[in-house]
Amino acid sequence: MAKVNESLFSVEGLDKRLAIKKFWKVMMTEYWIPKDINFLWAMGVVLAVTFKILIISGIFLMMYYKPDVNLAFDSVNYTIMQEVGYGWLFRHMHGVAASVIFLVIYIHMFTGIYYGSYKKGREMIWISGMLLFMTFSAAGFSGYMLPWGQMSYWAAAVITNLFAGGSLEAWGLVEWIRGGFAVNDATLTRFYMLHVFLLPISILAIIVLHFYALRIPHVNNQNSEEIDYDVEAQKYLDGNKKESKVIPFWPVFLSKDFAVLAVFLIFYFYLVFFNYNFAMDPVNFDPANSMVTPAHIYPEWYFLWSYETLRGPFFDVLGMKAMDIGLIIFGFAQVAFLIVPFLDKDPDILPAHKRKKFQIWFWIMVVDMMVLTIYGKLPPTGANAWVGFGATLTFLSLFISLPFITKSDAKKRGV
Amino acid sequence: MREFKILAILVVFTGILYWGVEPFAHSQMHAHVDKPDYEFKDLKGTGELKGDATNGATLVQANCIACHSIKSASFPPLMDDATSAASYGVVPPDLGSSGLIYDANYLSAFINDPATATNTKHKFVDGVAHPMPAYNWMPPQDIADMVAYLQSIAPKELSNKQVFADACQRCHSIKYGDFYGGSMTAQSDVSKYMGKEAPDLSQYIRSRSKTYLHEFINNPQKHIEATAMPRVGLTKKAEEQVVTYMENVGDSKKQERESLAWPFLGYMLVLAIFAWIWKFKIWRDIH
Repeated sequence: MAKVNESLFSVEGLDKRLAIKKFWKVMMTEYWIPKDINFLWAMGVVLAVTFKILIISGIFLMMYYKPDVNLAFDSVNYTIMQEVGYGWLFRHMHGVAASVIFLVIYIHMFTGIYYGSYKKGREMIWISGMLLFMTFSAAGFSGYMLPWGQMSYWAAAVITNLFAGGSLEAWGLVEWIRGGFAVNDATLTRFYMLHVFLLPISILAIIVLHFYALRIPHVNNQNSEEIDYDVEAQKYLDGNKKESKVIPFWPVFLSKDFAVLAVFLIFYFYLVFFNYNFAMDPVNFDPANSMVTPAHIYPEWYFLWSYETLRGPFFDVLGMKAMDIGLIIFGFAQVAFLIVPFLDKDPDILPAHKRKKFQIWFWIMVVDMMVLTIYGKLPPTGANAWVGFGATLTFLSLFISLPFITKSDAKKRGV
Repeated sequence: MREFKILAILVVFTGILYWGVEPFAHSQMHAHVDKPDYEFKDLKGTGELKGDATNGATLVQANCIACHSIKSASFPPLMDDATSAASYGVVPPDLGSSGLIYDANYLSAFINDPATATNTKHKFVDGVAHPMPAYNWMPPQDIADMVAYLQSIAPKELSNKQVFADACQRCHSIKYGDFYGGSMTAQSDVSKYMGKEAPDLSQYIRSRSKTYLHEFINNPQKHIEATAMPRVGLTKKAEEQVVTYMENVGDSKKQERESLAWPFLGYMLVLAIFAWIWKFKIWRDIH
């Protein structure tokens, strides 16, 4: 086939050239999703839209932002916030979306863990998702540096210093990352590059991988039921919509996603207009000053749990420095969720409420993450330090015990 | 039903998390201090003494205008800002508005002993003296007369910006107040005798809460022990004008933000209603 007579400017002509009808079918009307789902299955689309908000607002912010230590603070807080028409709106939207997207990421992640959507065929979905979590974390961290306020500077100083490697004293690495002996103009410019270029395109590429990884094993469902997609899809196409266990991505699945999305957007814009301090910390409205350390340095809320695993061990053990122990546990915390598919030794895919011990494990894990998060922000003094230490040990034991817990569940069911 | 249960769990967990990392954590990080005291009860001013403005005029001319200007009463400054800053370490303020923006009890206590009234005695040790000498040798009645005079010549009303300029700008700049013109820069560099540069206040309305600003301006030592910032003795009204000015400068789009919120939220609400109607229409054939 080479010659097409239909006009380019017609559906038929486009179909002949680009196979748009087939494409639409494959991507939309015959992309099958299980019917047995709840609104937690809409988090993917909520995330995609929040990311889109971040990209669009980010493009507008880039037009006036100046990545230079002498100009950055005023370009954000004066030019964008006060001079440019609706600049404040784009900044608030960007700042709040960057924070809220992590709330949705955690919900999306815990949904996956609860329903066992990471295993036995779905490992690639999980791994690509965790890669997205890591790249989003990097984007959040690099973006937080850009307004060049006190928290930007000191968070950057503390976190880049992790790469000094504790007692390993991996000098050279931290200077290579910072582009100097201290956080400075070179650090700001390179984090700007990462934030507006390398990380967004990496995220876009991994999102494509994440979506593609879903295609073959299909989305999980509330009861982790195995579905014969060919049979169920045929039922749907034959008009037995009520009987069929599947629904097409468009319009059925997306109609529910949009409904959930609209509710999410009400919540999101409420935060943008009325309650934004949680995402744009007041301390960061003081210009960066290397001579004045803020009374309390803490990362954004979504990093607090892993920050707490870092500072949880606060005393030396058997000659090992507290800082080194913290670094090791912190390093483990970064990959703990990534390796969940390999820690789960249960051969079946089942939701947590059908795996009794795993269900208990799950809720302890969620509560422990919350304790770590809250105590990651509180000053680590007195009883706080011990609670943080306990929660860190709990976190560690949870992931070490996961293989045994899942095996025991399977044994009880007789598999 | 199950979806409502899941939603309830989400809301509860998110709520606890928010409470933990925001209100609770911040209440643990920041000291709680007493409410501002606009009568400056810790200071013994001239008490019940009634001042005589006519006698006060003579006393002010004899004691104050060698250093201070009172432009509104035709006593111009004797030196320009740079020279007087070099001579005294600070530009002595014009006294024209003092009777309006400073509390009378505070003002008499200040004239009596500036370092005590401003809570900065810790800054003036080892032979370092407050730029303004204490008038504790003066009979209280004379001090009351001078305060009465200052009150009699003070304007009835000042703009927020003027109050800020008179009360704060001798040490603090607020460059966003006049970004390109630069008229809102500090008049003198106090870092030499106060030990620390006074910060630019452009974004203080965002970096500190309003409550904090009021507590801090009223008595800086309450929040930062041994800070170099003096208590300046603003009346409640003057302090409110200062904070309002800081808000107008540092959060100039507040009104736009608050008025734009409702169209946005209203639009989203309409979108949500239509989205749910569409969802129910589509899913009617499915269940």
